[in-house]
Amino acid sequence: MTPPIAPPGWSRWLVPPAALSVHLSIGQAYAWSVFKPPLESALDLTGTQSALPFQLGIVMLGLSAAFGGTLVERNGPRWAMTVALICFSSGFLLASLGAATEQYWLIVFGYGFVGGVGLGIGYISPVSTLIKWFPDRPGMATGIAIMGFGGGALIASPWSAQMIESFGADSGGIALAFLVHGLTYAVFMSLGVLLVRVPRPKETADGKPPELTGVQVSAQQAIRTPQFWCLWVVLCMNVTAGIGILEKAAPMITDFFADTSTPVSVSAAAGFVALLSAANMAGRIGWSSTSDLIGRKNIYRLYLGAGAVMYLLIVAFGDSSKPLFILCALVILSFYGGGFATIPAYLKDLFGTYQVGAIHGRLLTAWSTAGVLGPLIVNWVADSQESAGRSGPGLYGLSLTIMIGLLIVGFVANELVRPVDPRHHHIPAQRKASDDSSVEQQSA
Amino acid sequence: MTPPSSSSPPDRRPLIAFAWLWVLIPLGYGIYELVRKATQLFTG
Repeated sequence: MTPPIAPPGWSRWLVPPAALSVHLSIGQAYAWSVFKPPLESALDLTGTQSALPFQLGIVMLGLSAAFGGTLVERNGPRWAMTVALICFSSGFLLASLGAATEQYWLIVFGYGFVGGVGLGIGYISPVSTLIKWFPDRPGMATGIAIMGFGGGALIASPWSAQMIESFGADSGGIALAFLVHGLTYAVFMSLGVLLVRVPRPKETADGKPPELTGVQVSAQQAIRTPQFWCLWVVLCMNVTAGIGILEKAAPMITDFFADTSTPVSVSAAAGFVALLSAANMAGRIGWSSTSDLIGRKNIYRLYLGAGAVMYLLIVAFGDSSKPLFILCALVILSFYGGGFATIPAYLKDLFGTYQVGAIHGRLLTAWSTAGVLGPLIVNWVADSQESAGRSGPGLYGLSLTIMIGLLIVGFVANELVRPVDPRHHHIPAQRKASDDSSVEQQSA
Repeated sequence: MTPPSSSSPPDRRPLIAFAWLWVLIPLGYGIYELVRKATQLFTG
């Protein structure tokens, strides 16, 4: 498929809503928990079993972004958004069939496997295009799209809950809810497919499109550079630290202030979790846009350095100040979101725009790793501290200290980032000539 | 060589407005629900 080139006069401000229509849809993945209780009661499942579609979906997100990135670069954003639309929507339709026939494996396969491919391809589909349309503000442009991924759960969570309430929590009601989700998301995402365009290449005086200038590194070459792996560590540590709060947010605030004169109620804890989601989303657009002004390396110094200080303040002040605890958690979550949203622009600075989407896809394996690592650390430490008879802030002291250590590791990795060695640079014209000559040699 | 086109490109502003409304309306609903829930931290 040829990438759709913008006609003369096409506005670049049509591209962010195209990207948002995809990211707001696939962000639904983080609202999967709404379906867990009805599925458990309707199909007699355990909590672990009902989490399987989401877990498989996130694994497939990482794998399809990592392995499908080069295809996305080759075929363009419209192809990628079409694939995302088909996979994500048909995943819901398969899950609907699975719920209607009470075949749980079909829900896991449909939502997790097929839908998960849609998540990965959809996540990286607009990144490279946005960076090309907004070379002056790549952080802001990718921040808008990646903010959409956070926003998707905000929309889906109340919407899905309302649907389950209306259709019923039995298998028929769940099947109908999945069906409506699949059809609605197909229509909603079609805006992205129809609107997305790649910018017209500027023609040179002799009428030929110019070669890419500046640093340009292919995805295959990028993973051989230390810069890629430094950023991998940076993203992994930043995400792990954010998950450290997100994973246990509600029990954490309740436990922290349980022995004080102002304990936190269950509904107030739910409000705290909602506020963290808002900080996560605001951080994606706010910090990522700020990175266009102060530079990518400096913004990650802030995420990782100030993030460690915030964790330190929580440990140091314990249950003595609730506003301070809430403020620190909000800042940490805004850095968590900012870390996700700024990484494509950081990759563009280091590796150029040539295959930035594919490189971003490969880097998302850091997210998958952190998705396993973060909850594992926090839950394991909390359980062991509870067994040791600790309570209140003491339950979380060790895991928060581990998070500080991880952020320091990420900070050091960020400090080690240097410009990419010219031997890794990809020069399309020369590379093509050498490829052509090697083909000729093989044919001869 | 093709002669330069005399027609100006179409006005994209209605399309831009429609596209942004398409995504901002559902996002606004999500944010509204979020704010409603977040206030429980101070009232609950």
